[in-house]
Amino acid sequence: MNSENTFIIDGTPIPFEPDQTVLQAALKADVFIPHLCYYPGLRPNGNCKLCTVIINGRHASACTAFARPGIEVENNTPELNDKRRLLLQMLFVEGNHFCPGCEKSGNCQLQALAYELEMMTPHFNHFFPSRKLDTSHPDVFLDMNRCINCCLCVQASCEVDKKNIFAISGRGMAARIVVNTPSGKLGDSNFALSDKAASVCPVGAILPKRGSFSVPIGQRIYDDLPISSQTEFLATRKA
Amino acid sequence: MMLSPQETPKRKLRVATASLSGCFGCHMSFLDMDENLLDLVELVEFDRSPFTDIKHCGTCDIGIIEGGVCNSENVHVLREFRRNCRTLISLGACAVNGGLPALRNELDVREVLREVYFEQPGVVSSTIPNDIELPLLLDKAYPINEVVRVDYFIPGCPPSGDAIFKFLTDLIAGRTPRLDYPQMRFD
Repeated sequence: MNSENTFIIDGTPIPFEPDQTVLQAALKADVFIPHLCYYPGLRPNGNCKLCTVIINGRHASACTAFARPGIEVENNTPELNDKRRLLLQMLFVEGNHFCPGCEKSGNCQLQALAYELEMMTPHFNHFFPSRKLDTSHPDVFLDMNRCINCCLCVQASCEVDKKNIFAISGRGMAARIVVNTPSGKLGDSNFALSDKAASVCPVGAILPKRGSFSVPIGQRIYDDLPISSQTEFLATRKA
Repeated sequence: MMLSPQETPKRKLRVATASLSGCFGCHMSFLDMDENLLDLVELVEFDRSPFTDIKHCGTCDIGIIEGGVCNSENVHVLREFRRNCRTLISLGACAVNGGLPALRNELDVREVLREVYFEQPGVVSSTIPNDIELPLLLDKAYPINEVVRVDYFIPGCPPSGDAIFKFLTDLIAGRTPRLDYPQMRFD
């Protein structure tokens, strides 16, 4: 392994290919970097900041930073994991995340990262926001209570499905995912269960109707194995 | 799990438990520790708790609270625990983040009471019950750490008996309490 095509994460040499990001190369090499808004095949947009690492002494998002020969990346350190846990806690209190009543529990990336980073409490005062449940679509629920604004549905709908059904509206704290129809209802769009945007949601905001709990709690993706040991699964999801 | 002799504290620690706005599932899970309970009672004795039926909390080493804070009585009980317990533990989803009772938080309490006591079909009463014996509802269901300071949190709905046992024995033995991956559950 020469230094032409390797870089270092926490002291371990990681090989990379041209145009790979730090996160892509890390996942390929079975090194886990926590992330929520990255999905293989979709353009990385670096908005969740969970994958923040320190590259040559400077903070950067591993999903948007290109791998370069010889760079030194700090990833799995107590300091970075403390900051990541803080980000998770803020995501939990900003929405209504009631895991015991959520069909996504066990398959949820937000929950899996909270387990991984040992988030015992959301710590901050909860917002308990009032958000709407959109049941207008025949095959899909849209529950904004659980949305974390990762924008994967926006990207998948635009880049893969070519339908442009979702968009982000508002600024700062008021930014929310909206549906691009005059009524704002998903049922009035040409959204289909087979769309990529229906399956990229890392949380339980976009869920198929019917068939709930067909995979019982206890047999789900992150029930037995922590997300950090499932890098192959995370890297090979298809957009 | 048996503790080694040098890890075993000399005095039994006094533990109080209470269920605020919860379903008692966490207490059931506590009992679900099975034979581990026998190891635990070697280390602790219970003060106020549904297990003892003592009504008020004395000076305790550990207080364990299940359930969130939904009404004025919950606030009084919680403050009594905080005053009397050196270490306060938040047990289960409702105490940690409000849990399912917090699903009511997007509803206005006044509107809810009006709907229940005035507008339901067949309701003939025309007053909202207002007896001094009845605890007043709070505007929202709160996690307990939004009302008092809390030292430790055990998430889960309910946390498994194993998780509670691991956490308590870690704490009693002076280790930093830590749950293994299968015990760390939010659902």
